[in-house]
Amino acid sequence: MGIEIEQSHPSVELSSIAISETHGENSPYFAGWKAYDEDPYHEITNPSGVIQMGLAENQVSFDLLEKYLEENSEASTWGKGGTSFRENALFQDYHGLKSFRKAMASFMEKIRGNKAKFDYERIVLTAGATAANELLTFILANPGDALLVPTPYYPGFDRDLRWRTGVNIVPIHCDSSNNFQITLEALETAYKNAESMNMKVKAVLITNPSNPLGIAIQRSVLEDILDFVTRKNIHLVSDEIYSGSVFSSHEFISVAEILESRQYKDAERVHIVYSLSKDLGLPGFRVGTIYSYNDKVVTTARRMSSFTLISSQTQHLLASMLSDESFTDNYIKINRERLRKRYDMIIEGLKSAGIECLKGNAGLFCWMNMSPMLENDTREGELKLWNEILNEVKLNISPGCSCHCSEPGWFRVCFANMSEQTLEIALKRIRDFMNNKDRKDIEN
Amino acid sequence: MKLLSTKATCNSHGQDSSYFLGWEEYEKNPYDDVHNPKGIIQMGLAENQLSFDLLESWLAKNPDASGFKQGGKSIFRELALFQDYHGLPSFKQALVDFMAEIRGNRVSFDPNHIVLTAGSTSANETLMFCLAEKGEAFLLPTPYYPGFDRDLKWRTGVEIVPIQCNSSNNFQITEQALQQAYKDAQERNLKVKGVMVTNPSNPLGTTMSRSELNLLVDFIEENKDMHLISDEIYSGTVFSSPNFISVMEILKERNDLQDFKQTDNICERVHVVYSLSKDLGLPGFRVGALYSENDEVVAAATKMSSFGLISSQTQYLLSSMLGDKKFTKNYLAENLKRLKKRHGKLVSGLQKAGINCLESNAALFCWVDMRHLLPSNTFEAEMDLWKKIVYQVGLNISPGSSCHCNEPGWFRVCFANMSEETLKQAMKRLKAFVVESTGNVNSVTSRSTLQKTKSVLTKWVFRLSSRDHRDHQEER
Repeated sequence: MGIEIEQSHPSVELSSIAISETHGENSPYFAGWKAYDEDPYHEITNPSGVIQMGLAENQVSFDLLEKYLEENSEASTWGKGGTSFRENALFQDYHGLKSFRKAMASFMEKIRGNKAKFDYERIVLTAGATAANELLTFILANPGDALLVPTPYYPGFDRDLRWRTGVNIVPIHCDSSNNFQITLEALETAYKNAESMNMKVKAVLITNPSNPLGIAIQRSVLEDILDFVTRKNIHLVSDEIYSGSVFSSHEFISVAEILESRQYKDAERVHIVYSLSKDLGLPGFRVGTIYSYNDKVVTTARRMSSFTLISSQTQHLLASMLSDESFTDNYIKINRERLRKRYDMIIEGLKSAGIECLKGNAGLFCWMNMSPMLENDTREGELKLWNEILNEVKLNISPGCSCHCSEPGWFRVCFANMSEQTLEIALKRIRDFMNNKDRKDIEN
Repeated sequence: MKLLSTKATCNSHGQDSSYFLGWEEYEKNPYDDVHNPKGIIQMGLAENQLSFDLLESWLAKNPDASGFKQGGKSIFRELALFQDYHGLPSFKQALVDFMAEIRGNRVSFDPNHIVLTAGSTSANETLMFCLAEKGEAFLLPTPYYPGFDRDLKWRTGVEIVPIQCNSSNNFQITEQALQQAYKDAQERNLKVKGVMVTNPSNPLGTTMSRSELNLLVDFIEENKDMHLISDEIYSGTVFSSPNFISVMEILKERNDLQDFKQTDNICERVHVVYSLSKDLGLPGFRVGALYSENDEVVAAATKMSSFGLISSQTQYLLSSMLGDKKFTKNYLAENLKRLKKRHGKLVSGLQKAGINCLESNAALFCWVDMRHLLPSNTFEAEMDLWKKIVYQVGLNISPGSSCHCNEPGWFRVCFANMSEETLKQAMKRLKAFVVESTGNVNSVTSRSTLQKTKSVLTKWVFRLSSRDHRDHQEER
């Protein structure tokens, strides 16, 4: 054996971005993922494993997609009178495939019950909404500036909006006293907060329908937010990634509709983010878009999208799928129905276990209130309970603190990323856990 | 107007340069052998269109790869849900095998050290984010790919300091030029984080010599806080000798000879970038990668790749294709044969027009010497000539100034993005132009004409860059 040479030199320094923790992946939230990866539930081979309920995926409508592909093979192949392979393989124009942009615009209109119009020339394509949100942040704000984001919010925003951009998130605190709705007061407080920290506020970023709340924002609140950003002369980004997952179409109001009703006055401050990862269940295909009413933003975003273009192979597939109106009409309708059914199932199941949830109407998850079960009404109390649920009940759910919720005890629980049978089992485990807890309380 | 960020309003994206004029003119009037034989022939686009038939025939024989099937069974669901930034394992394995094959298996790559990105555009930017702070600099030999100004600098705030190369020694990197660049950076108060090279070179079309590679490795050996990035995007297009030598081979050789001081960490400071856009001709599929032996770089870059993942649909297709070793062996050999032949046609066509180019053995373009056609050794004269070539000759080629070349008169001319017939047409036109202008060269161009031309150019270029013209994705 050779002599061991000690590596006494320090490894070369990387950038401060590279070594920062702003990617957020060392938070306790990710411990749940680890536990699941190490012991994943399988109905046959590992029935006592951890059930993944922390993953907001939509797995309820794949059969519709698979059927489409079977019946329309030209969408996933080339030639035969359609796009040639050569043409498709060479296409790297950051404007994006026109047929795809048109199909996307029309799909976005359908989801909104045709209550708003989208011009395909304003659509910028990005590899996922993750890229779209980061890109918009680069465009709308400088390092050190602030975006106001209502809590609770998607944990990924800490990385997507802040990491490489150097922009700050200042929370707009919402709480259960009014079902976590955004109020003008909360907006003003957040704005003042940012100012007191010497940060220039550049935009308000909302997710509508909300993740993790699972509710579509009400019209009056949207109007208030729009008025607020107009008064402050800042931007509004509306991440509508879950817009197709609203259980009843008339319950979702997009900021696009409000703008239309205002004849697009002052619209250049508004930008909508969308993606096919949730509504169509295609997170692997990396399909995101930015829709902006601001010409300069569209032009700049397009140029920046060079860093994050969608594979032309995938654009070709989805152009075909989304321009098939009978497919999209049917898909939207059935997907909604199935999600609603799942939602009803989980709400009932939790109710019968003595757990209340926020009344939701959208998304792939519900916002569960376990605050009565906390030993301590603190973040630590919440994490203790979360750990119990992870290790004893063997369910990976998302603790509210990972979503920056200011009230301890709330959890996001996903219901669309598993079979109905698995969901039944998860609900049973929760019922048993709650029954045991009751018994323990009585005994104590 | 609501304020946008400085990034949004600055010009570092580089798309207002007069270079894009050629693109616009081509788009307005594109050549078509049947419908528009007098149109502009695109020779500014470094695409490889020579081997699509090989890809198409493979696809026809392997329908599962594009049909979301594996062994006849549907894996659509799994692919649709697969968004792990670690990448599809089978694709990473196939890709590293392919990279090794391109290098004659003289080196191998570990799939755990590769990070997948949506194109090498994304990989290059990601490396800048990982290795440098805003305001720090990388040294790049000129001439270089115009896109680097955007890719390396725009959102990262990193600076590029040129290593000036010139025709006196075929644009090779010298120790003197390297040291001078370092001094230039210091004078500008810029901390140098490393050197970045493209090997084979864009726009030169040449492979780097062993001595140049050793020079660079020596440089970062001396400067222990510096990195070396080697963009090897054209590594599969080396069609004649000298053979391609990857920086990884140099490292391996030195390691084998135990040339490194034991405490050196040089392997952790060398990073390779690759892509399938040139070798396989698939720029639309957005398939790029960065390779590093540095675990921290891999870890950070992997997380950053969230902002630019490759579509799982595409990863699967290519894992299948590149996993077919019979196919890759045949493809690489046949592709090189065709590139070599086509390159030969361009060189001889240029020669017939009395034009020489830098002797090259790789890539999809030639570095063409038109200095003798310039009335004066200035960049204005180069721009003038370029405009003539775009408008009168009807060829969109890339002026050396857009590649930051410090010698006027050089142009990059692509040969693999068109049919042989079209190339012939282009050469015919060029010859006619040279004959015509050589005939006029002896007549005195009056001073006033020269000045008039100059002011027309300035006004016109200014008008163009301030108007909202249709952008175009510039190409390598």
